[in-house]
This record gives sequence, C-alpha cells and structure tokens, in this order.
Amino acid sequence: MAQRSIEEIMNSEVILSVEDLVIKFNLRGQELTAIRGASLDLRKGESLAIVGESGSGKSVFNKSFMGLLDGNGRIESGSIIYKGNDLAKYKTEDDWVKIRGKEIAMVFQDPMTSLNPLKTVGKQVQESIELHQNLKGEAAKKLTIEILNDVGISDPERRYKQYPHEFSGGMRQRVVIAIAVACNPNILICDEPTTALDVTIQAQILQLLKNLQDKYDLTIIYITHDLGVVANVADRIAVMYAGDIIELGSAEEVFFDPKHPYTWALLSSLPQLGIKGEDLYSIKGTPPNLFKEIKGDAFAPRNPHALKIDFVERPPYFEVSPTHKARTWLLDPRAPKVEPPLLIKKMQEMELKRGDDIE
Amino acid sequence: MTLNNKETLLEVKNLRVEFGNKNKNFVAVNDVSFDIYKGETFGLVGESGSGKTTIGRAIIRINPAASGEIIYKGQKISGKISRDQDKELTRKIQMIFQDPMASLNERAKVDYIVSEGLYNLKNYGTEENRKKMVEQALLDVGLLPEFASRFPHEFSGGQRQRIGIARALIMEPELVIADEPISALDVSIRAQVINLLAALQKKKGLTYLFVAHDLSVVRFISDRIAVIHKGKIVELAETEILFANPMHPYTKSLLSAIPTPNPRVERNKKIEVYDPGKYHYDYDKNPPEWVEAEPGHFVLANERELKEYKSK
Repeated sequence: MAQRSIEEIMNSEVILSVEDLVIKFNLRGQELTAIRGASLDLRKGESLAIVGESGSGKSVFNKSFMGLLDGNGRIESGSIIYKGNDLAKYKTEDDWVKIRGKEIAMVFQDPMTSLNPLKTVGKQVQESIELHQNLKGEAAKKLTIEILNDVGISDPERRYKQYPHEFSGGMRQRVVIAIAVACNPNILICDEPTTALDVTIQAQILQLLKNLQDKYDLTIIYITHDLGVVANVADRIAVMYAGDIIELGSAEEVFFDPKHPYTWALLSSLPQLGIKGEDLYSIKGTPPNLFKEIKGDAFAPRNPHALKIDFVERPPYFEVSPTHKARTWLLDPRAPKVEPPLLIKKMQEMELKRGDDIE
Repeated sequence: MTLNNKETLLEVKNLRVEFGNKNKNFVAVNDVSFDIYKGETFGLVGESGSGKTTIGRAIIRINPAASGEIIYKGQKISGKISRDQDKELTRKIQMIFQDPMASLNERAKVDYIVSEGLYNLKNYGTEENRKKMVEQALLDVGLLPEFASRFPHEFSGGQRQRIGIARALIMEPELVIADEPISALDVSIRAQVINLLAALQKKKGLTYLFVAHDLSVVRFISDRIAVIHKGKIVELAETEILFANPMHPYTKSLLSAIPTPNPRVERNKKIEVYDPGKYHYDYDKNPPEWVEAEPGHFVLANERELKEYKSK
C-alpha cells in the first residue's frame, strides 16, 4: 500500500503522549539518569522509528510504556498518557497486565532466545490469544492457525505442532511477531526486529510488519540502530542521544535535511556514504557519563560545531517545520550559520539529482 | 590497492569441509576454490549457514578439510603438517572474532589476553620484551598501554574489539581472517573499527579475509568479493565489477536487499527473490561449472546460463 503522507499522520489522533519523562536507575550506590526529560507524541497508525546507539536509552524509554523497567529503575517525573490514563503512575502488576499485550505489545530482538523451547509454537501463540481475546479450545486454535498463516508461515496446521528448534531464525521471528499480534494490540513496539537476521530475511520481515500494520491497524514503534531499516519502514524518525530525543521529523526531513550535529554525524558514518580508500567518518569521543549531571547539550563535547552556549545551557526544541524539530542551539536565530558537513550535502544533492532523473 | 602485480598469498583449491559422521553427514563447504593476493582485502559474503565462517576456520585449521587443498605461499597447509610449520602458520595467520563480548577471557587481564599467542609459541625472548610488545600492540589499535592491567568487563564493545585486534596483531601476522568483526558494533563505533583495520593494513601490509553478511560494509573495504551460497561460491569479482554487473541470480538478490539510507528509494524497492528451481532448472542434465565469464569475474553457471549472463 502507499505510505501515509506526513500530513495524514499529523492529522491523526495522538495515541500515546509522553511528556518530560525522566527515568533513573540505582546502580552500585550511584544514580544513573537514563532518560532526561524526553517528550514524544505517537500518532495513530504511524510507523515511528527511534534511532540511537546502544546506551542512548531507546530501549529503556520504550520499556517504560509497558512497565518493564528493571527493579532498580523508576520513573522520576513526567507522564505517559495512554487513553486518558497516566502510565507513569502505574505501580502494581495488576495495573500493567491491563496494558501489556492487550494495548501495547512488543517484538523482541533475538528470536533465538525469546521463544520457549519446551512448548510447541502453536501453543505459544494460542496462549496469548486465550489470554487476550477471550477465546478457548477449537476457536482459539483456529485463530492461531489463521495468524500463523498471516505472518507467512506456510502449512500452519503442521507447523502448529512443531517446536521452536524446528524453525529457522527468520521463521522464529515470524512466530515472535505472531505472538505479539495475537494479543490484538493497538501499539506494537519492535525492538531491533531484524538485527539478528540476514539481509534477505530482514527485508521479508520488514515487509511482513508493514502488511500486518495495514491488516490489524497497528501503530508501530521501531527501535533500531540500523538506518537502512529506518529508511525502509519509518514515517517519522526520532533520534535519541544520551537519554533525550534530539531530533524528530518525517523520514525525508531527517535523512535529507537533518539539523542536529549528532544526526549529521550518525548519517555521515554510514559505510554507504564512504569513499573507498579514505577513512569513514567516525564520531570522536564517547557518549557522556550518565551518572553525572549533564550541562548544556549532551553532544557538545563531541561536536566540532559546538557553540559556547552548548556547554552552559540545554537547548530547547527549535521548530524547523510543523513536523520537524531539533534540540540544537545552531537553529537559534542568533547562532552563526553552520553548514552541514560535506557528506550530508552530498546525500542531499544525490537525492535531488535522482528526483530529477525520475521526472 | 592495485592488483596489477599480484602475488598469490593463499590458494584454496576444491575445498570441501564436512561435519557429522558417516550416518549423518553435512557438507558445509563444497568444492570451493579461490586465491587471495598479498595485500588485498578479500570479502566473503553469504547468509548464515552458507559456510563462510567454515571456510575461514578451515584456513586457520580449526576445521579439517575433507578434501581439496589449502596452499599458503606455495606450501600445502591442509592435512598433516610438521610441528615447525604448524607454529609458523599459527603466527602468520591470525583471526579476529565476531562478538567482542564473548571472545575475550573474562577472568584474564588484557595483558594476558594479548600475550596468549606469544606464551604459546614462547618466542618473545625476555619478559621485558613481551611487555614492550603488548604495549606496542595496544598503542597500534588506539588503546592506552595502561589498559594492560585491566579486565575485559571494564571496556566498551568497541574497545573490546580493539583488544581482539591487538591480540591478533602482536603475532605479526601476514593474513588476518576477520569473521564479522563489526557486526556486533554500533554504527559510529563500526566506522572507527573499519578505519582502524584499514590503517593497520596500510601500515603493516596485512592481507585480510573479511567474512561478513553486510554487503554495504564489505563493499566499502574489500578489493574483491566472493559470494557464497549453501557451501558453494557462486560468484567472484572485483568489488565494483560485482556491484555494476552481478551475474548470478543469488548475487542479484543479495544486492537488491542491501538497505539504502534513503527513504524514497527504500520504500519503493523491489527485492529479487532467489529461487534456485526457477533459474537452474536444467542443472540435472547440464551441471554448472566454475567459469571465468570475463577477466577476473568468475561465476558458477552452466553453458546456457553463461550465454545468458554474457548477453546482458
């Protein structure tokens, strides 16, 4: 089907609204701030990709929507509004059981470890149907087989009785997706859904997720560090760095008109943009220590374009377009004009040229 | 690098590797032949289970060859070899592993991890000399010499992979087999490690066998690429030739699946599915052979297919 336009998405209702979320962890007597005041509105029916490196907080951020934070973690402040309830205030498992699966379901990264090896595949999918869709016995089994068929498992009657070890990696990921979809959720969170898979299988799984999105009317959040996956599936992209969303925009805006220096750096380091025989662009330094309080822009120490104010005050969001905003002082009217790096320009030019060729 | 005056460093001839026993036999690598030239980066690409890792492991003599030969600098190194030759090869062919989280001994300090190869061969002379070598190896990969006294858990993924590279380098190898050395790393760290590998190659004149499934990375660093499918190499060519003119349908399907960092292209992209039955319907009558379709561009094809590939 045709990808939804960004206008359609911005006109859809907000299904999940996160505001100023702060999440802290206690680790070895120290306090780590994993999420530092992140805000995000998720719109119904969209595919939002959250991009970031390991440790940027993208998984923690999403786990907090399902009450899956580790025992030493807590939501310090902020709100997560879903259907009029503030999930940030949920404390007990009883509360969360109403959300998990039924409303928000998750597809985990590694299909080799996220299935129960001692139960048949059919039973594992059926379990979530019985739990969430009030069906039992034959009716549940019938629906299970239908869903297995939907996720592209051929001969589902026979496969129903098989165990996970009889499935290949790509097929197991399909089963994991079937389990999530069987809960009949509104929001599906896919945490690195294709990282453990081969490129050819990866493409198939992404196609499958897009088909399921249409059929089951899903809103999908993709968590990933793979910008190729993002380009394929995302309507909108949120870039995370050090526990905050530093840039948010439509896929086109973030790829072809990125504004935050971190987004520039992230895109520049793609091997697809490298020139043979020369060094690939790489980001100098390391991500900040989240045990310490971060002053100013968290990316400033690694940012060759950093301004003085970047080390003093945290930048607010500056609006680039109604759908595109970034947290960087470079967008302040008073800031000196900084051109994006060469590679980013090259990417823009290549895209312009390609567009002309098509017309 | 230019491949004009190429000197063959390693030859693999009709290599076959099997697993299991007589009753249950699995052929992981089937009749594979290729050469690696001195100073080049040779990319070996395929999906999981294709046998790419097994080839690397056969060269470093972890998996024995069932038949066929591996020849290093004119000497056969597969099968039985003398103890001296074994020591020599252990030094000259080194490996970098995929997952830096799993491939370092958690209970050993970096100093020991990096020196383990030296200890095995006892070729480092004095203790003082060994310390110096460790120091140099760490500096070479961009780590500080004082890291020698630390344990692996104190390092990040990228740093750990550097330790893995240091322990291969300290042996002063000629051929380094890098088995998916960056697939477990983040985008930005990935770029750092790729740059490091390239810099080391220039500085020390290393030859790499680079095993990976990510074609965008392989394209960037390899001089030549071999594509392997189900234990057989289906196509081999210089990198840009392979990308410009892929012949084998499996290569085409792999290339079509490479993710592009461009949402407009990516959304409209069509993936070519490789269906052996559709393309190779006459293989029972007319089996394929490993042929040179154009200079330096090899493909596994029968006569009919070769004609079709060439006519395009």
